[in-house]
Amino acid sequence: MSNYYESDDLKRFGDIGQHAKALADDFFRYYGNVTGTDGALSKREKALIALAVSHAQKCPYCIDAYTTQCLEAGSNPEQMMEAVHVAAVMQAGITLVHSVQMQNHLKKIVL
Amino acid sequence: MRSVVQLKLAPAPSKYDFEALLRARGIELPPLSIDTLQVNLTKLCNQVCRHCHVDASPQRREMLSPEGIAKCLEILERHPQIGKLDITGGAPELHPGFDAFVERVVALGKHVMVRHNLTVQLDGHPQTGESKEYLPQFFAKHRVEVISSLPYYQEYFTDAQRGSGVFRKSMEAMQRLNKVGYGVAGSGLPLNLVYNPVGPYLPAAQAGLEADYKRELRDKFGLVFNSLYTITNMPINRFRLHLDKSGQFEAYMEKLLAAFNPAAATGVMCRSLISVGHDGRIYDCDFNQMLEMEVADARGGPLSIFDFDFDRVLGRRIRFDDHCLGCTAGSGSSCGGATA
Repeated sequence: MSNYYESDDLKRFGDIGQHAKALADDFFRYYGNVTGTDGALSKREKALIALAVSHAQKCPYCIDAYTTQCLEAGSNPEQMMEAVHVAAVMQAGITLVHSVQMQNHLKKIVL
Repeated sequence: MRSVVQLKLAPAPSKYDFEALLRARGIELPPLSIDTLQVNLTKLCNQVCRHCHVDASPQRREMLSPEGIAKCLEILERHPQIGKLDITGGAPELHPGFDAFVERVVALGKHVMVRHNLTVQLDGHPQTGESKEYLPQFFAKHRVEVISSLPYYQEYFTDAQRGSGVFRKSMEAMQRLNKVGYGVAGSGLPLNLVYNPVGPYLPAAQAGLEADYKRELRDKFGLVFNSLYTITNMPINRFRLHLDKSGQFEAYMEKLLAAFNPAAATGVMCRSLISVGHDGRIYDCDFNQMLEMEVADARGGPLSIFDFDFDRVLGRRIRFDDHCLGCTAGSGSSCGGATA
């Protein structure tokens, strides 16, 4: 293997249990409870949130997994693309809102 | 003289051995009844869908003979246990004997379902040019149940699977069906739609998708229908070719295997219907028919409509193979939608 992010590695997610099985079991139980069931949010809504987070965190494994998951939950490409735009605009907004900090500091140091 | 020892290697067992899976789970699936006769009238179709398990197209010529149709009529007449006729293809309306077959089976008091692809109304016969615009009125006159594929309520997915322009024509064809009462509450003319994924993934929950379809088709096109059936893509023929070419076959089979649902297994449609091919041979389902997995009676004799014996057919052993995982994954899949 010579590359980072091999797509086949997605199937090996369970390997995170090596050397820390109890913690991995806790994680997967939590993961399943949150994403795998309809709750106050539907599985479809949760999958769209997860797809947006996957892009914000730039995780290729998650993007593949949640693209499929969104389709299997009944979403369509328009809804999925809007979810990605939510992630994108949040990141842009987070960058821009930090300019208030810059302005605060400017006021402090400029005569 | 040197002796030559020939080594005969047994084929490697499949990783997706459906029968082994049933044995391991202690599940037996004998036939329960024959309440539906599903007849594949022709492989001729006006469309060339990318997932089609029949490999249907405008170039196909296979047709059930007039003798075959007469035999199906005789079987339906003689057996009150078989209450339903499910006519499929190809586009079954392109068979020259389609109209008369429907009329005669309806006259027998049977429930008739037609797997109608919608666009044939507007495309007509791809070889003769014969118009099929009369179909909505014909269906309504004989009060048949219309079951139509529409893989999504948007153009992108529908045209990707069924061909450019199919979504627009499907909307127009649905309007024509609605106009004669199909799908309209209280009309008694059922119009049911079929969803199947546009790739190697499982269908979403049937009830949720049905609500989406109803809202979107009503709001955007003013269309109505009765029920949505979700069907899983079978890893055979044209869809299998796509899986192989795109390197997704193994992943899809792993997905189907991981999603095996014993409750869906007990509800598989092959336990209550038989499928008739254009040559009159009998199969457990339309998928087995396309794989030419002929069934045999308890003594190993072939089964066909031309020497039909109800008890011999009911006593057959259903043939399973790897593709059957498609009917047992998740919420299950059948010609009538989810099974679990």
